[in-house]
Amino acid sequence: MDILNALVAFANFVLVPGLTYGSQLALGALGVSLVFAVLRFSNFAHGDTMAFGTVMAILFTWMLQSWGISAGPLPTALLALPLAIAATSVMVLGTDRLVYRFYRRQKAKPIILMIASIGVMFVMNGLVRMILGTREVQFADGERFLLAPAAFRTATGLAEPLGIRTSQAVTVVVAVICVAALFWFLNRTRTGKSMRAFSDNEDLALLSGINPDRVVMVTWIIAAALATIAGTLYGLDKNYRVFVYFGMLLPIFASAIVGGLGSPIGAIIGGFVIAFSEILVTNAWSKILGYLTPEGWLGEGLYQALSTDYKVAVSFVILIIVLLVKPNGIMGGK
Amino acid sequence: MRNLLLFAAVALLFVLTGVFQSWNLSLNILNLALLSAIMAIGVNIQWGWAGLFSAGIVGSVALGGLAVVLVSGKPVAGAWEAGTLQIFSALVFGAIAIALAVWMQKKLPKGTNRSLATIIFLLVAFFIYRAFLDPAVAAVEANDSAKAGHIGGLGLNSLWAWPVGALLAAGAAWVIGKVALGLREDYLAIATLGIGEIIIAMLRNEDWLARGVKNLIDLPRPWPVPYELELQGSPTFNEWINVLSASPVTASAIVVKLLYSALFILVLLVLLWLCDRALNSPWGRMTRAIRDNEIAAGAMGKNVKYRHLQIFVIGSAVVGLAGAMMTSLDGQLTPTSYMPLRFTFLIWVMVIVGGSGNNKGAILGGILIGWLYLAVEFLGPQLMGWLTSGLPAGQLKTQLAESAAHMRLLTLGLILLLVLRFAPKGLIPEK
Repeated sequence: MDILNALVAFANFVLVPGLTYGSQLALGALGVSLVFAVLRFSNFAHGDTMAFGTVMAILFTWMLQSWGISAGPLPTALLALPLAIAATSVMVLGTDRLVYRFYRRQKAKPIILMIASIGVMFVMNGLVRMILGTREVQFADGERFLLAPAAFRTATGLAEPLGIRTSQAVTVVVAVICVAALFWFLNRTRTGKSMRAFSDNEDLALLSGINPDRVVMVTWIIAAALATIAGTLYGLDKNYRVFVYFGMLLPIFASAIVGGLGSPIGAIIGGFVIAFSEILVTNAWSKILGYLTPEGWLGEGLYQALSTDYKVAVSFVILIIVLLVKPNGIMGGK
Repeated sequence: MRNLLLFAAVALLFVLTGVFQSWNLSLNILNLALLSAIMAIGVNIQWGWAGLFSAGIVGSVALGGLAVVLVSGKPVAGAWEAGTLQIFSALVFGAIAIALAVWMQKKLPKGTNRSLATIIFLLVAFFIYRAFLDPAVAAVEANDSAKAGHIGGLGLNSLWAWPVGALLAAGAAWVIGKVALGLREDYLAIATLGIGEIIIAMLRNEDWLARGVKNLIDLPRPWPVPYELELQGSPTFNEWINVLSASPVTASAIVVKLLYSALFILVLLVLLWLCDRALNSPWGRMTRAIRDNEIAAGAMGKNVKYRHLQIFVIGSAVVGLAGAMMTSLDGQLTPTSYMPLRFTFLIWVMVIVGGSGNNKGAILGGILIGWLYLAVEFLGPQLMGWLTSGLPAGQLKTQLAESAAHMRLLTLGLILLLVLRFAPKGLIPEK
C-alpha cells in the first residue's frame, strides 16, 4: 500500500488532464449553449469556428514573435488572443449577415438553420485548410512546465512524478476568468440581462423594447470569443490540427446537452462531467492500482475499460443516458 | 421535359470528361456517382419524406462495407478454432445484458434503487463480457497475424453482401432511432453524429473484425464482373478487340467498369421504382402528412414516432446497401477512407441540390455533385495553374497551388448555402 504515490499518480494522469480538458470543453459548450439559447439552433459550425479562431491566434502569434514581443514565461498566444477574437468576431458576424439573418427573418425552422450552419462549417473548414494546410502546428512558447516532474520528485522524494504544464495551468486560469466575466456580464449588465430576457421569451423581450439585432450581435461576438479562447487553449495544450476540431464537436454537444442546452452553468458542469468520464474510462489504471494492492497481485493487464480510441463512445453513451433519463439535462435547459 | 434536359446535361459532363480526360476516369467517376445517388436516395427517404436529419450516414456506409468483408471475404484458416465462436458468444452475451438492463428499467419501480441496481448489473456484466471477449480476440488476432489475424468471411459471392449490408445498417438505425427519435430534431442529428464516429472507430480499432487500419484487400468481385486478366485471356474478348482494334488493357478495364455501372444502374432503377410506388401509396401520403404537420397527423391517429422509426430504418438500409456496393467495387476495406465530410455531409449536399422530397432529384443531385466532387480533383489544379500562369514562380504560386486541393470543401459549402438560400426546393422540386 502506497497511498501517497497512488494519489500523485491519480493527480498526474486523471486530475490535471481532466481539469484542463474539462475547461476546454466547458468553454466550447458555453458557446454552443449561448447560440442555442438566443438563436435557437444547434450550431454545427462551432468546431470549425474554434479552428478558425485558433488559426487566427497562430497567425497573430507569429506576427508578435516576428516583432520580438513575447509574454515571458507565458505563451505568446495569450497576447494574440484579443486580436484573434476580433478577427473571428468579424468572420462570425459576416456569416450571420450573409447566412443566418435571412433565415431568422423568415422565421425558418431550427433544422434549416442547422443545415445552413453545416454549410458554414464546410466553408470555414475549407478556409482554414487554405490558410495553414493540414499540417500539425506547435505554437506554444515560454516556459514548458509550471511544475516539472523531475523537480517535484526531488522536492518530495516520491517515486511518482507530478507535472503541470504551463499550458494546462493557463487553460484553467483563463477558463475561470472567462466564466466569471461571462456570468458577471449576463447577470449584472443591461445587455446581458436583455440577452437572458430574449432567450427566455422572445415576444415579451421584443415588447419591452429590446433590440433583437443588438442581442444577436452580442451573442455572436461572445460565441466567437469563447470559441477562439477554447480553440487556442486546446491548440496550446495538444498542438493545432484541422481535424481535431471537428472531432470535438460531439463532446462539446454532449457537454451542452448533458448540462441542459441553453443553461450556462449546465454547460460548465457538462464539460467537466464529459471530460472526467472520458479520462476515467480510458485511463489505464494498472499504475495507480499497483500502488494500492500487494505486489504481483494485478498481473499484466492495463486495467483500462476502453482504449483511448473510443473516447468518442464515452461522450456518446453519456449523451444517450441523459437523453433517455433526463432529456432536458442536469440543469433543465430548453 | 426540364428534368430530361437536366439529366442530359449531367450526361454531357461525363461525355466531356471521357473525351477530354479518359473514358476510364469518366466511368470511374460514373460508378462512384451512381453509388452516391443510391446513398442520396436513402438520405432523401429520411429527410425528404419524413424530415429526419441524420448526421451519421457515414456509419451506415461503413457497416455496408463491413458486411462485404464478413460475407464475401476469404475464410481464414484456424480463425474458427482460435475463438470466433467465443467472440460471437461474448457479443451475444453483451447484447442480452443490455436488453436485460432495458427490461429492468421498464419493469422495476422507479427510484434510486432501480438506478443503482442497473448500474451494478451493467458493471458486472461488463467485466464478464471483457473476460470472455479479450482472450478470444487476442487468439484470433494472433492467428496468422501478418496476413490475416481476423475472423475472416464466409467466402460467398459479393452480391449476397449487399442485402446483408442493408440489414446491418438497418439494425444500427433501429437502435439509435429507438433512443433519439421523438426528442428534439437536433438531438437526432447529434446522436447520429456520435454513432457514425463510433462505427468508424470500431472499424479502425477492432483488428479481429476486418483487420482495422491494416486494411483488408483482395475482396472478390461480385458475380458477373470478371477480372481484367481473365478477360484478356478469353478468346471472345480478343475477337472483339481485333474487330474494334482497341488496346486490350484499356478495353478490359472499361468493360469491367461498364459491367459495374450496369449492375449499379439496375439497382438504382429498382430502388427508384420502389420509391415512386411507396411515395404514391397511402403509406407515402401518410409519411408526407406526418412530415408537414406532426400534430395534425398524430391527431388523425397516426403513430408518428413509429413511422419515423420505420422511415429512418428504411433510409439507413438503402445507404447501407450502397456502402456494401461501394466496397464490392473497390475490392478492399480501408477504414481511414470513411470520412464524415465525404459520406455524410456530401450526400446531404446532393439531396438538397437535387431537390429534397423528390427521388429523381436525389439521383440527379447524387450524380451531379458526385461528378463535381471527383472532377474538382483534376479541374482544381488545372484551373489554378491556368489562373496563376502569369505569376512568377515563388512562394505565392506554390501556396495558391497547394490551396487548390482544399477548394473542394469551400466549393461544396458555398453550393449548399447558395442552393439552400436561393433555390431551397432544389433542381427538381417536389411535386
